[in-house]
Amino acid sequence: MTRASDSTPLLVVEDLKTHFFTRRGVTKAVDGVSFTLHAGETLALVGESGCGKSVTCLSLVRLVPEPAGRIVGGRVLFDGQDLLQKSRAEMRRVRGKQIAMVLQDPMTSLNPALTIGTQVGEVVRLHQRLRGDSLRRRVLESLRRLRISAADTRLAHYPHQFSGGMRQRVSSAIALSCAPRLLIADEPTTSLDVTIQAQYLDLLKEVQASAGVAVLLVTHDFGIVAAIADRVAVMYAGRIVEMGSTAQIFDRPSHPYTRALLRCLPAAERGRQTLVEIGGQPPDLARLPAGCPFVPRWPERQPICETKFPPAVTMAPGHEAHCWTAAPENLPAISTRAIEAGAIETVGGYGGGAAPAPPHVD
Amino acid sequence: MLEGVGLKKYFAAKSGFAVGRPGGWIKALDGVSVQVAEGETLGIVGESGSGKTTLAKLFLLLERPTAGALRFDGKDTTAFDREDLKRYRRSVQAVFQDPYSSLNPRMRVGDIVAEPLPRDAGASRAVVAERVREVLQLVGLRRESGALYPHEFSGGQRQRIAIARALVTYPKFLVLDEPVSALDVSIRAQILNLLKRLQAELALAYVIISHDLAAARYLATRLAVMYAGKLVEVGECDAVYTEPLHPYTEALLSAALPLQPGARRQRIVLSGEVPNPMNPPEGCRFHPRCPRALAQCARQEPEWKEVKPGRFTACHLY
Repeated sequence: MTRASDSTPLLVVEDLKTHFFTRRGVTKAVDGVSFTLHAGETLALVGESGCGKSVTCLSLVRLVPEPAGRIVGGRVLFDGQDLLQKSRAEMRRVRGKQIAMVLQDPMTSLNPALTIGTQVGEVVRLHQRLRGDSLRRRVLESLRRLRISAADTRLAHYPHQFSGGMRQRVSSAIALSCAPRLLIADEPTTSLDVTIQAQYLDLLKEVQASAGVAVLLVTHDFGIVAAIADRVAVMYAGRIVEMGSTAQIFDRPSHPYTRALLRCLPAAERGRQTLVEIGGQPPDLARLPAGCPFVPRWPERQPICETKFPPAVTMAPGHEAHCWTAAPENLPAISTRAIEAGAIETVGGYGGGAAPAPPHVD
Repeated sequence: MLEGVGLKKYFAAKSGFAVGRPGGWIKALDGVSVQVAEGETLGIVGESGSGKTTLAKLFLLLERPTAGALRFDGKDTTAFDREDLKRYRRSVQAVFQDPYSSLNPRMRVGDIVAEPLPRDAGASRAVVAERVREVLQLVGLRRESGALYPHEFSGGQRQRIAIARALVTYPKFLVLDEPVSALDVSIRAQILNLLKRLQAELALAYVIISHDLAAARYLATRLAVMYAGKLVEVGECDAVYTEPLHPYTEALLSAALPLQPGARRQRIVLSGEVPNPMNPPEGCRFHPRCPRALAQCARQEPEWKEVKPGRFTACHLY
């Protein structure tokens, strides 16, 4: 996928803040998230449960559960228009047509009481105003594109008659039926088996390439990120702590959290090599520490880390990390040069300097 | 130490409102033979519906096999008397996937952990309380945690409680059914390392059931790959990884996504889905999806054989 970094981005999110007002206090689920996404690009939003990935996605389409949850600040510019300023009726025309979503569990996102034909047809009928034969043709076309075999007989079937992998393809067919410009995929393969996951990701990539859709992919699996993402945003406690191209994040992770995450993952190719643990727990979003939220879990913290959230440090063009200890000069010059020249695509040149030992990948 | 011979487990399939006669049999497990030796870790991998969890349930005597035998220290479990059964339950313990549903929210942690201890053993309350504190410390929790309730702990700590409960009876054998799948990525390493340390300290044997190949590889010394109720391959873990024999093993390993962007893998993407366990395909169960299927694969079921020393598979290619 080519990155059109000079052209206008399709989606610009600026300082998005979504808070939940509960009896326990204010939970800052999303607290100042900014990123951009170009047409045809895949941005992976990575982080652990409770870090704000899903709430970020829901905020983009204004589906945050109210009244507890409220978007309290920021802008979401989609094709130049601020989605946060749109009326409810206008938003309904955006959802499903311009921005579509695929959720984690197709068993719960599909209605068990309606046939597949009805469910795919509903979106097309509402947004494309198609009826009768043209509606049917369009529905079949979108199912076939997602490789649902014998689609014309399958139209009359109910979700329980499909396997897990097929259900996820059906809900993707619904999402892509109106040719959206942005697809938000929230852990789309978590409920699928590995061989089915491989099928699904290949198909998603193929459909994306042919339709030029921008994909915002939410996941906690770095294997999926490595396989299909162009850029990565690592979230922790409601904020993006590091963002860069996939190669930058894997080769030169600059935030201690990203580095720790990459080292604590068991990977088949690493065998029985001892895993480096991250101590402690993810923080309580209602009681965030004053400084950097990762500090209680990081043994090498500095005094400043506990007092103020760090600003973005530019590590390389397009690669930023929010860490007081991150600095481009901490990385060996040779690897920086090589990356700028585009010479390093795969693992090989890890950031040395202040960075701890890199993960071993054969 | 623990040996299953030709284990089968069929469940009666009831369709809709039918009462009485079953409409067919779901062949969850169809002739599986495995051994687990003292102190070793057997990893069982496979996709959902392959029969991994049914096998675990047989090991735990939660289900009786339809056919075949499960032997413990040479004795058939169906011939167990009360004493044998007590000894078995003490020696074989389990840790389940989701520590949010496997711990009773209305019991104190101390009571949860003490529950597997036999009531009639004559152990005084003080002895039991001391043992509970000991295992809590062993799994990395505070000794006083017993007074709290499960909701006061995070997911990773809850899984530690579940492990403490499994260890309280001095078992020799733990069945771990997806022990880290429900946990956050940053917590998984803590639990995997804990399991590794406990195994070394207590000389435990593990059966780890997982769809996460990386987690299985991290702990397992031997690996068993299941497909549609049958074993397709068993062998020493590293050997299976570096040189898979069965085409399904090969496809399963290649479907795992490496932590490396731009890695051009030889990925074998399988077409189709896992077969219906009520009506599995004739011959080799994998043949409709197999990229290397031969003509005889559709007719004749491959035999289970030792292809190389310590490497077993059921495939016509060998």
